[in-house]
Amino acid sequence: MSTTTETIVLIGHGMVGQRFLEELADRGVTARARVVVLCEEPRPAYDRVHLTSYFSGTSPEELSMLPAGFAERHGIDLYVDDPAVAVDRAARVVTARSGRTFRYDTLVLATGSAPFVPPVPGRDSTGCFVYRTVEDVLAIEAYAKDAATGVVVGGGLLGLEAAGALRGLGLATHIVEFNPRLMALQVDEGGGTALRRTVENMGLVVHTGVGGQEITAGDDGAVTGMVLSDGSTVAADLVIFSAGVRPRDQLAREAGLATGERGGVVVDERCRTEDPAVYAIGECARAADGMVYGLVAPGYEMAAAAADAIATAGDTRAAFRGADTSTKLKLLGVDVASFGDAHGRSAGCLDVVYSDSRSGVYKKLVIGQDGTLLGGVLVGDADAYGLLRPLTGSVPPAAPEQLVLPAGLAPPTALGPSALPDDAVVCNCHNVAKGAIRAAVTEQGCTGVPEVKRCTKAGTGCGSCLKVLGQLVDDELAAGGVAVDTGLCGCFAHTRQELYEIVLALRVTSYRRLLDEHGRPEARGGDGCETCKPAVASIIASLAPAIGADGYVLGGEQAALQDTNDHFLANLQRNGSYSVVPRVPGGEISPEKLIVIGEVARDFGLYTKITGGQRIDLFGARVDQLPAIWTRLVEAGFESGHAYGKALRTVKSCVGSTWCRYGVQDSVRMAIDLELRYRGLRSPHKLKSAVSGCARECAEAMGKDFGVIATANGWNLYVGGNGGATPRHADLLAQDLSDAELVRLIDRFLMFYIRTADRLERTSVWLERIEGGLAHVRDVVVHDSLGICDELETLMAAHVANYRDEWAETLGDPEKLRRFVSFVNAPGAPDPTVRFVAEREQVKPDLTILAGPVLPVRTLEGSSAS
Amino acid sequence: MNVELEVTAGQWIAVCGPAELTPGRGVAVLLPDGGQAAVFADRGGRTYAIGNRDPFTGAYVLSRGLVGSTGNGGSPFVASPLLKQRFDLATGACLDDPDPGRSVPVYATRRGQARP
Repeated sequence: MSTTTETIVLIGHGMVGQRFLEELADRGVTARARVVVLCEEPRPAYDRVHLTSYFSGTSPEELSMLPAGFAERHGIDLYVDDPAVAVDRAARVVTARSGRTFRYDTLVLATGSAPFVPPVPGRDSTGCFVYRTVEDVLAIEAYAKDAATGVVVGGGLLGLEAAGALRGLGLATHIVEFNPRLMALQVDEGGGTALRRTVENMGLVVHTGVGGQEITAGDDGAVTGMVLSDGSTVAADLVIFSAGVRPRDQLAREAGLATGERGGVVVDERCRTEDPAVYAIGECARAADGMVYGLVAPGYEMAAAAADAIATAGDTRAAFRGADTSTKLKLLGVDVASFGDAHGRSAGCLDVVYSDSRSGVYKKLVIGQDGTLLGGVLVGDADAYGLLRPLTGSVPPAAPEQLVLPAGLAPPTALGPSALPDDAVVCNCHNVAKGAIRAAVTEQGCTGVPEVKRCTKAGTGCGSCLKVLGQLVDDELAAGGVAVDTGLCGCFAHTRQELYEIVLALRVTSYRRLLDEHGRPEARGGDGCETCKPAVASIIASLAPAIGADGYVLGGEQAALQDTNDHFLANLQRNGSYSVVPRVPGGEISPEKLIVIGEVARDFGLYTKITGGQRIDLFGARVDQLPAIWTRLVEAGFESGHAYGKALRTVKSCVGSTWCRYGVQDSVRMAIDLELRYRGLRSPHKLKSAVSGCARECAEAMGKDFGVIATANGWNLYVGGNGGATPRHADLLAQDLSDAELVRLIDRFLMFYIRTADRLERTSVWLERIEGGLAHVRDVVVHDSLGICDELETLMAAHVANYRDEWAETLGDPEKLRRFVSFVNAPGAPDPTVRFVAEREQVKPDLTILAGPVLPVRTLEGSSAS
Repeated sequence: MNVELEVTAGQWIAVCGPAELTPGRGVAVLLPDGGQAAVFADRGGRTYAIGNRDPFTGAYVLSRGLVGSTGNGGSPFVASPLLKQRFDLATGACLDDPDPGRSVPVYATRRGQARP
């Protein structure tokens, strides 16, 4: 390598370090300079902010923030598991733990923070952890397997996250906070009280105003409990310290660089230390305003400022002078936000407070004497954060008391994103102003939120601005004459979810009535369309028992609404023939039944194939053969497999503990129980499921809409998985459930999905799209945050009680059977265009018949057609 | 009153009884020359007939599509059950493809007395 090549060494590869590399690459620096990165952790940069999501199923790989091929593409030498141990500023050389040395022209410190562990006796006992890295989280998870009770020292942001994680792992959890309230830095006394009540209602024990005095351990050196400063004791098997962080500035100190009184490498507005060749960014730096910022957004701004200074050799106007510490978080499922002067420290300021301790909502706005919004605290309901934070520093366009009222009570005109000035920062993480978002729509032609996100980066950080972002994009599109129509189709201006609510509330049992009373004016009285007919039929079918409709999909008006597959209770194939799939619950089938399927296929000349859902598909049946085929199948004890419907398809299983030496639960029995419970359930799209008998996951439950994996203590429930074109691993919804708990949760989950999903929206897409995502769905179905779980369970109970086999019912009704003819004017005649040729010992469609425009077949009279 | 279809000028055949044609759905009819037609009723009880062959796939399946009218000036259409292209029931034109090769033949219908 040429000795003249400029070399930049980055120490630390966390979120801010990675951002710095991206900023360098954006400015072309990586093309001209050699860049070396020393990373202490065994893995490259990952999303530490969402570390806790590991416990809800996000893998460490999914948390990674290093795009595939990034280092190679930009020629960056990244050394993981190899921290810097010394810096020689005179020689400009960094030494790594491995002994490697690197000469630098520019050195950037991004060493982050270390957790602060208070000097409590016993803190080195086995079972004491900090909460900072993926490795910490993995260790906590492993140790918690044998633990019953955990204590978290620290009731701030991280402490509550850690407490949530322990609770999720099934531990009885205590929080010990030295301050008189939780989240003392962010919220005031009222907010702390609301937060505490909500947290306690979840079963956590909160100790405030006390510190840990001693950690007790047994003879084996493992934690047994904690003595608190008020003399009380808490028995515990596991302790997590999350009482704040301290900047990691030791390397800089040893290199003789100045540090602040409370730590942090002293830097100027360009993030440069007193040595012009050394920069410090992120949590290890003491910024020009004297602050050490422990948030990622200021760290990103520092990364940009430093990259700009390096790219321009100091000739830059980019500067980091200080940052907004506003935050919005969801901790233990509770929305918490604080912004601006949250504690009301400005001279002469006034409070406007709304407090409802019953629902755990607390909102406070701090207002200056001239009416300027100075800051605020929101607990339990932080929806307004996206609007209020950008308004901070200005006089809001509505009276402050209107801004804190719950959505239903506030006047409808109170406040919308349109009230924000163009320079209001909507996305705090990426510093995107409202004006830039509007320009993305009006000037760059973005036509939706996903495009605006790609174009401006807005909404790609913490996501708290997404709601406002969506409204702004819609407003701007509407102003530009682009119609934003969320309606189901040309017939209905309502979404599927709204139609569901209308059907349920008004007990609408007829499509015509729905169209004539709730359709778009131009569609009323007409024939509707092929989009909404099956969608409405599905809604009515899934609510049938509750609204007093006939659940039979071929009954009454329902018959005219169904797609051909539902109409003939079979799956249409390319040559006009149908395929038949009998239900095989859990994939378990007796030899006798296998023989029946084989005989039916042989006798009717059907092509057979094993499906991915552990059952058998019989292809090539003509419409007029379907009743005879099903007569045989029903006689043998089969029933409809609903392969033709937007409904539950199969619940796959492995053989589980009955046969498998690794199995820990009876997965086959559970799969059969679930399949029989949810069979026939009409939903916005097809539903697939699987049950695995152990963590080896042979049934591939993580790829299903709802998947169940056995544990030693019961069942873990995963939701939102999918295979197909856009595979998605399912997210963990709840752990270690009993049989009854599992079924209850699935009942609620499925009914909530059916209620709120769009037409043809699989659970995977729904879970990504629905506001609040997995956390919201968990709140609703696990914690009953909307108070609708009773109703959801009742609806499912009605479905289960009213299930009837569609094929048995059809065979028993001569009137219904009349439609199963190829020709209405020649009921006995087969369709001559449905023909087959041989292939690999079976049949396949004869497509040559379909290729030509003229049909060379015999007529009814037996003479040849032209 | 039975539903009747005009195969060629002046040659009418009976299709089915009135109860066999559900408004919003269709039935397939075997024509005397071995061809196939699809006959539909809209919600007002008016009847329509077009060729049963889906010109996009070659399959004889149009009778199994769903009838609609929204977005076609209130005129009824059927959506093919295979790939969902829509065909105007009055003109046979494909609403999703202006190519005349993608249109389907149209037959006159009436309510008549002939025996099916």
